[in-house]
Amino acid sequence: MSVIPAVVNRFFHQTASPPYFYALAERLAPWLTGVFLLLLAAGLYGGLYLAPSDYQQGESYRIIYIHVPAAWMSLFVYVLMAVMAGIALVWRMKLAEVMLIASAPIGAGFTFIALVTGSLWGKPMWGAWWVWDARLTFELILLFQYLGIVSLYGAIEDRRAAARAVSILALVGVVNVPVIHYSVEWWSTLHQGPTITKLDKPSIHVSMLIPLLLMAVAFKFYYLIAVLQNARLELLKREATSQWVKNLLEKTA
Amino acid sequence: MTLRIFLEMGGYGFYVWTAYGVTLLVLLLNILLPVVQRRQLLRQLSLRQKRGQR
Repeated sequence: MSVIPAVVNRFFHQTASPPYFYALAERLAPWLTGVFLLLLAAGLYGGLYLAPSDYQQGESYRIIYIHVPAAWMSLFVYVLMAVMAGIALVWRMKLAEVMLIASAPIGAGFTFIALVTGSLWGKPMWGAWWVWDARLTFELILLFQYLGIVSLYGAIEDRRAAARAVSILALVGVVNVPVIHYSVEWWSTLHQGPTITKLDKPSIHVSMLIPLLLMAVAFKFYYLIAVLQNARLELLKREATSQWVKNLLEKTA
Repeated sequence: MTLRIFLEMGGYGFYVWTAYGVTLLVLLLNILLPVVQRRQLLRQLSLRQKRGQR
């Protein structure tokens, strides 16, 4: 007797089947986009208009509403990719491979945003666009990890072999995630310490906290929208000669 | 608050709006690129299929 209930088992098999997943992603897109735009509008209104200015940093601190959510996402997406890499290596699940490779450019995008907005915030506050400090340096390495994953996947012709190589690379690289997270505590640094994810009360006023959290959830929805678009493209590339793609082409032609 | 004061961001307008602009650009690209590429691929595949049928 299987330990996994039949319903759960069926859910995974059905969802993981390429034609089902392709159609599901298409149907989900408008709903995800709607929720994302609502959260984004509320977050921007709260962050750029309603929230008061910072007593030390003036209005420049408003970069926080994209900088911090993007930095969180840069780590969150990497952890998700490592989980999918594990699933892909152990169970050889095709959809995990597709989601892993579909996530990489989005993770790279968030990392790039975190670095650029951090630089634009650092210049007026620290007086420098860039400093070789622990938090910044490891975040830059994370960007190279994402780009490495994208290029390694592109460099190997056979997609299944490429996915295995990328899975191993992604799993090994996950060691950088806790290093980035704790870097502000382990090394003395210019970068300010955690404001939100402290175990005691967050040291930020609620009128600033709410838009920040709204933007963080909005970015999660953005990730879903973008990863599904990438996954659909990757599925089509991989399954171009399969029967379900032929049926799909006939339907749309 | 007038629009000009809002855009000035207390003198930090350049930094704040460049940050938001770059973010918007990257987020848009990461959605639009796969959509455009998928449409191109679908068009190629359907052309190939039609040629195969003849």
